[in-house]
Amino acid sequence: MKFKRTIRYEGELDRSLYYYMLSLPEGEGIIRCIQCGTCSGVCPLSIYMDFTPRKLIALVREGFSMDVLSSFTIWLCSSCYACTVSCPQEIKITEIMYALKRKAIEEGVYPRRFPVPVLAREFFQMVLRNGRSSESLLVLNLILKTNISKALSYVPLGLKLLKTRRLSLKKERTPGASEVKAILEGLKEGGP
Amino acid sequence: MRYAYYPGCSLKGTGKAYEKSTLALFTALDIELVEIPDWNCCGATAYMAVDEIASAALSFRNLVLAQEMGMKKIVAPCSACYLNLIRAKKIYLGNGPAREKLCKALEKANLEFDCSALPEVLHPLQVLTEDLGIEKFKERVKRPLKGWNLVPYYGCQVARPYDGYDDPVYPVKMDLLLEAAGAQVISDYPLKTRCCGGSLTGTIENVGIRLNFLLIKEAKKRGGEAIVTICPLCQFNLEMYQGKMEEKFRMPVLYLPQVLGLALGLSPEELGFQHLVYKPHMEV
Repeated sequence: MKFKRTIRYEGELDRSLYYYMLSLPEGEGIIRCIQCGTCSGVCPLSIYMDFTPRKLIALVREGFSMDVLSSFTIWLCSSCYACTVSCPQEIKITEIMYALKRKAIEEGVYPRRFPVPVLAREFFQMVLRNGRSSESLLVLNLILKTNISKALSYVPLGLKLLKTRRLSLKKERTPGASEVKAILEGLKEGGP
Repeated sequence: MRYAYYPGCSLKGTGKAYEKSTLALFTALDIELVEIPDWNCCGATAYMAVDEIASAALSFRNLVLAQEMGMKKIVAPCSACYLNLIRAKKIYLGNGPAREKLCKALEKANLEFDCSALPEVLHPLQVLTEDLGIEKFKERVKRPLKGWNLVPYYGCQVARPYDGYDDPVYPVKMDLLLEAAGAQVISDYPLKTRCCGGSLTGTIENVGIRLNFLLIKEAKKRGGEAIVTICPLCQFNLEMYQGKMEEKFRMPVLYLPQVLGLALGLSPEELGFQHLVYKPHMEV
C-alpha cells in the first residue's frame, strides 16, 4: 500500500505570501482571524471549494503559499461579500480573495485554459480597446479560447437570446475610448 | 428629480429589458434620467482580478462625467456598476496607498473635477424608496397586481458591502415596493441575497447552474410564480440557464421596474416583456 504525505514539514513552509498579504491594506486583517468559520458557513460556494475560506486563511498564515495560490477556492469566489459583512473580526475576506487571484495570475499558477483568468484578461483587453464591453462577443471569445469542445452546448442558450432579441454582436465603443485608454496606460507607466 | 444615468454594458446588451423598463417607469414617475453620453465600462468583477486600481480609475471617470453634466446624483441599475462606482469614490476619499495610484492615473489622463462634490451613487431601488418614497409610489398605482405571488431576489452586490440603506443579508425595500404595487410578496424567501454565482455560469458552469437551481427551487417551493430581480446578471443567470437545470421550472424572472411599471398601467411592450424567455402567466 502506498502512502501519500498530505502534511508539510516546517522546512517546507514558505511564509512569503503571508507577509505579502500583511503588506496590503485589505490583507492585513488576516492577522486577526480567530478561525471561527463564519465565513465558510455563510459562503454559498464553500461546499464546492478545495479549501473553505477559513481554511484558506489558516493556510496563508502557516506558509502553505503554493497550495493557496494553486487552489480552486480563489477562482470559485464570486465576490458576493457574504463573508465580509459577517466576519466578527471585520476581515475583508472578499478583497483578500481578489488579492490572491491577482497574485496567482501574476505568478502564472493556474491551470492552462482555465476559464476564470482567461475571462478576466479578455475583458481587460476589450475595455482597453473600446472603453466598453460587448457581452455576447466576450462570451463567444471565452468559449472559443477555453471550451471549444463544449461550444455546441451553448447553442440553445444562443437561440434563446436570439429569439428574445437580446443577442447583439455589435462592438460597443464609447466616444471617450481614447481617454479611457490614456487612463489605463497612465497606470501602466506609473508601475504597480 | 433629475439624475445622471449610468447604464453600464449589460443594460445595452442582454439586459435591455432592464433599461427599457427602468426608463419607462422613471418617465411615468416624472423622474428624469439623463444618460452620460460617453460613459465607459465600470470594470466589473473580472477587472478586479487583474488590476484593482485600473478598475477604480475606470469607474471614477464616470463620476467625473456625471459631474461635468452638473449632476449631483448618478443612478446605476446594475449591481456591479453600482458597487464599482462606490468603490472608486471610497478609494479616492480614503487615504490608502491605492488612493495615490488612482490620483496619479487621473492626473495623467488630465481629468479635471471638483473633488469636494463627487456625485452620490444610487441604485434605482434607492431612488424609488428614498428620493420618491414608497407612499408616493403607491399613490400612482393604477392597476394593483392582485394575486401575483412574487419572490423578491436582491442578489449580492446591491446589498453589500457598501449599501447601508437596507440590511445586507435580509433587505426589505424591494418587498415594500412590490407590496405597494399590490402584489403578494413572499417575504420569507431566505435566499434573498444568496449569490447567483455571477460569471461562474460562464466559467465553472456546473457550479454556477447549481447555485441558480437552488434559488429557483426554493422560490417555487414557497409558492413563487415569478422571481423579481434588480441586477442584469442575476436575471440572465436565473432565466437563461433554466434549460440546463435538472428540473424544468419555466419560472419567469422579471426586473423590478417591469413589475412596478405594470402596476402603473404601462404596457408590457413598453416595459420590455418581449425580451423575456418565460412570460408571466398572471393576469394584469
